[in-house]
Amino acid sequence: MHEAAVAENLMQSIIAASAGHSGKVVRVVISCGQINAINDEAMQFAFAAAAEDTICRDAVLEIKHIPLKSKCRKCQLEFNFDFYNPHCPDCGESNLSIGEDAPLLLEEIEFKEDDQN
Amino acid sequence: MNKKILAKNEDFAAANRAFFREKNIFCINMISSPGSGKTTILTETIKRLKGKIGIGVIEGDLQTELDAKRIRAAGAQAHQIETQGACHLNADQITNALGKLDIDKLDIIVIENVGNLVCPSDFNLGEKKRVVVLSTAEGDDKCVKYPQSFAKADVLLINKIDLAKYLNFNIEKVKKDARKLNKDVKIFEISATTGQGLKGWLDWLLKSAAKK
Repeated sequence: MHEAAVAENLMQSIIAASAGHSGKVVRVVISCGQINAINDEAMQFAFAAAAEDTICRDAVLEIKHIPLKSKCRKCQLEFNFDFYNPHCPDCGESNLSIGEDAPLLLEEIEFKEDDQN
Repeated sequence: MNKKILAKNEDFAAANRAFFREKNIFCINMISSPGSGKTTILTETIKRLKGKIGIGVIEGDLQTELDAKRIRAAGAQAHQIETQGACHLNADQITNALGKLDIDKLDIIVIENVGNLVCPSDFNLGEKKRVVVLSTAEGDDKCVKYPQSFAKADVLLINKIDLAKYLNFNIEKVKKDARKLNKDVKIFEISATTGQGLKGWLDWLLKSAAKK
């Protein structure tokens, strides 16, 4: 459940980035790579728990999974690497060149002004 | 806006890395399931390298000082981090632990991460190399089932190799699966209990520590 630690770090990043904004956060977009092994259900659960009593309490979390680019060393096919099936989808070769994995990023925060203001 | 979510951990990891460089210390982060034999590998490593090189160990467990005590009994410095339930070590915990060790006596620091094959993978601690341990009793399908940890390993230690003959464990399959995820991974087949294969691992450790 590393998602709990990720959610805690995410919340700190959001609060730091929200300085100077009024209103509350309605939408948060994050992206992650394949090695981050972020499970959507666990991440949503951890985010909801971390968001309690914060400006994110009503925010919707969107999680984008960035594919890991890979190239077959035999037939040169470029494809998205699948950790659970690490072969070239065309020729079946397992000698692959695997690219750099995407980092965990906070991409977007959407605010909504408080109706009472 | 694209802000790194684990920026705080990355900052501490970078500070640790700079510290190791300044102090000329080779640091490894050891990751595995609970019970793979990490601590026994370390105690046997320490006993064999005593007098040749200074080793210190930072232990991560949910609770107890048991592992740190075993390391000290083998003759090395140890600091125990009790995570109180957290499933991995963070870089700032390592920064704090470094203040508890007599650094000038050390050439190698081993961070024995919390036994877990999933969560530690995301949290860089400032280590130079990542060592993943898989023991034969865990089964030969672990690289396929927990690929993320193996994909980021510099070294794979296949431990309890003396038990392989009693188990349905295909060593060649594991090596092949690991290299599919990471073609450069160095693999040593060892038994910390019998000493089988330890020489290759110790040579690698000494050579890497000399290079830094």
